[in-house]
Amino acid sequence: MIACATSCSTYGLAGIPIRVEADIANGLPNFTVVGLTDRAIQEARERVRSAIRNSDFPFPAQRVTVNLAPAEVPKEGTGFDLAIAIAVLIADGRIGRADGAALVGELALGGAIRPVTGVLPMARCLAAHGVRRLIVASENAEEAALVDGLEVLAAPTLRACAAHLSGGRPLDRCRAPALLPAEQPPDVDLAAIRGQSAAKRALEIAAAGGHNVLMTGPPGAGKTMLAGAFPWLLPDLPVDHALEVAAIYSLRGALRERAATSLRPPFRAPHHSVSRAGLVGGGTGVALPGEISLAHRGVLFMDELCEFPRTHLEALRQPLEERRVTVVRARAAVTYPSEFMLVAAANPCPCGHLGDDQPCRCSPRLLQEYQSRLSGPIKDRIDLTMTVPRQQYAEIFDAAADEPSAIVRARVDAARARQHARQDALNSVLQGAELRARCRLGASASRLLARSGERLRLSARGFFRVLRVARTIADLAGDDAVGEDALAEAIRYRTGADA
Amino acid sequence: MRERTLLRGRAGWPERFEHLQQPPQRIWIAGSARPRLPAVAVVGSRLATPAGVDIARSIGRGLAGAGAQVISGMARGIDGAAHHGAVDGGGETIAVLGCGIDVCYPAEHARLRRAILTSGCVISEEPPGTPPLKHHFPKRNRLIAALAQAVVVVEATPNSGALSTARWAVDLGREVLAVPGSIRSPQSEGTNLLIRDGARPYLGFGDLLDALPELGPLLPLPIDAKSAEQRISHRLAPELAEILTRMGSTPVLPDELAATLGLSAAVVASRLGSLELEGAILSLPGGRVARTF
Repeated sequence: MIACATSCSTYGLAGIPIRVEADIANGLPNFTVVGLTDRAIQEARERVRSAIRNSDFPFPAQRVTVNLAPAEVPKEGTGFDLAIAIAVLIADGRIGRADGAALVGELALGGAIRPVTGVLPMARCLAAHGVRRLIVASENAEEAALVDGLEVLAAPTLRACAAHLSGGRPLDRCRAPALLPAEQPPDVDLAAIRGQSAAKRALEIAAAGGHNVLMTGPPGAGKTMLAGAFPWLLPDLPVDHALEVAAIYSLRGALRERAATSLRPPFRAPHHSVSRAGLVGGGTGVALPGEISLAHRGVLFMDELCEFPRTHLEALRQPLEERRVTVVRARAAVTYPSEFMLVAAANPCPCGHLGDDQPCRCSPRLLQEYQSRLSGPIKDRIDLTMTVPRQQYAEIFDAAADEPSAIVRARVDAARARQHARQDALNSVLQGAELRARCRLGASASRLLARSGERLRLSARGFFRVLRVARTIADLAGDDAVGEDALAEAIRYRTGADA
Repeated sequence: MRERTLLRGRAGWPERFEHLQQPPQRIWIAGSARPRLPAVAVVGSRLATPAGVDIARSIGRGLAGAGAQVISGMARGIDGAAHHGAVDGGGETIAVLGCGIDVCYPAEHARLRRAILTSGCVISEEPPGTPPLKHHFPKRNRLIAALAQAVVVVEATPNSGALSTARWAVDLGREVLAVPGSIRSPQSEGTNLLIRDGARPYLGFGDLLDALPELGPLLPLPIDAKSAEQRISHRLAPELAEILTRMGSTPVLPDELAATLGLSAAVVASRLGSLELEGAILSLPGGRVARTF
């Protein structure tokens, strides 16, 4: 007899519904699984056999063949265990039918159902293909229930799942968790950082316009703390964006680090010893998302930018430009979104003390080499460069002047609303003609810009970066036209190598 | 390039080397000029501030105008600026090197070196081809002190080579002048120490005249450091001029300016951007800004 069950496979962020067919025929007892499977699926035979026996069902002493269709799609992972077991039980006549429910879960030898990664993208794919019911491990139920129009049932064991399908005790239905704006206070509040008003102002501009930032400053000046405060200046994600982010985390198995229901923009801070695959995505078989995709719709913080190998920085160019990354592996090429804001930090020189109170010990040649490394591969993608000096005269700063993040965030929200109303995008993505059209300059501002081109020897790209930042400064001030003040301030944040 | 060897005691040997306890036995010299009087050495740190570079240049130019030779070490920073000033002023300048006279160190001074060879000369006691080694430079400093009648130290950190030149100058009985600076500026720490130890403070070209009266009759108009400031600041808007007057000569952080002026970071950044475009200030590595004059 032939029986069917539905499961799902992921392919990047997309999914493919998989039909699991089981056939039991007379012959020597044997159990085969076919359909372009990886090693984990081949091992599923042992888990399924034990789980069925330990759930008080006999395993058919006949020739059992399982096919995963479509057979031409490479499949990997342990999520097919549950569907295989149910298909075998149906084919053996032990339970009724799967009743239109899709099944995703790994089996323990004792029959318990274990969570797998990627359940959220699978649930989205299944719902899109018209599946109305999904049975998963209890641990996976919450993320799956985020998908609209899908009834998610949490199954603790194979036995409970089988009972449910044969009309016995029904499984618990998981309600969709609420995606609510975060009420929690920031991890790092701007008000907790004394002084650094220039750096805070630069971060506010970056947050408002979605600009990539480079911070330079001596060790211990507070770059890392400022970067930690940065995501709290950004508005909450809209629900569809939050789901997109949660899907990436689900795929990478990183939902423990960030709740699937969180609306906060993600913040990733990979150490400079990260592998290239870890940074941009990779792995054997079908590539998994890397740090830059985990930072999608959020912030990627690269501390000690110059310590990252040059190849890593080169690999960031495409994602920074195209806002997505394509990772090619032997079995498949997948594309992941990577719309992150880059916040990079670096020492001003190899010894870290250039322009600091302690004298710098670097030779001019070393300095030059370092500067080129700093600004080389991704300079064109950084709109805003700022220095974070060591605060020297702490006494002259008025602690009351340190604004809390919430107040800054309100200004950022307002500036972003202006941008969306005007061009339905953030200023950081404006290019060429559109940028010029969006930046109406007064006569004096035009003169100022022309003068800056000569005096500061701005390249064409540098020119546009200044203009983009000036547009954001004007938006923060609530101005329609870009004035002289905004332009003059933007010039202060130009990327150093242009100067 | 005329490259010659001068031997001690032979024709053309600079007399003033004999003031040294251990004079060199021979030197290599290239260029059009020969050491003569009046001669003043202008030396200082390689890591100079913009203000220091400007001062060194104007002293070099002033000395050239007064007909004095400007002697220095062709290093980065103050030394190079002093040579530049002398060349600009159409005067003679002598670079005393710590490497062979055919070696250009630092490499970025290739053009300056050509200008020095045309209007002055380079001198070294190291044979041609000698690379610039650390231990050559203290030896070289004694030659600078010997050739000069006065040594002006423009900027120096406490362990700067310029201080060793000043020590040689004291031993040889030459006048030592030092440009004072803020007590918080590391580049002025050495010069301030010199002044505490009895060096003459250099507050303007007049101090150099007091120290070396023979410069006097030759001197044209006094060099007025204020003129550049007036040139730029008369066309500045009042709010920009206000920032400029608060800046002083030592580099400051924008945050410090904002706090002392009671302005927001955004306003200060905007005004500093305007000043930068006017050429009135420079951004330094590390985030400080400094006046260009």
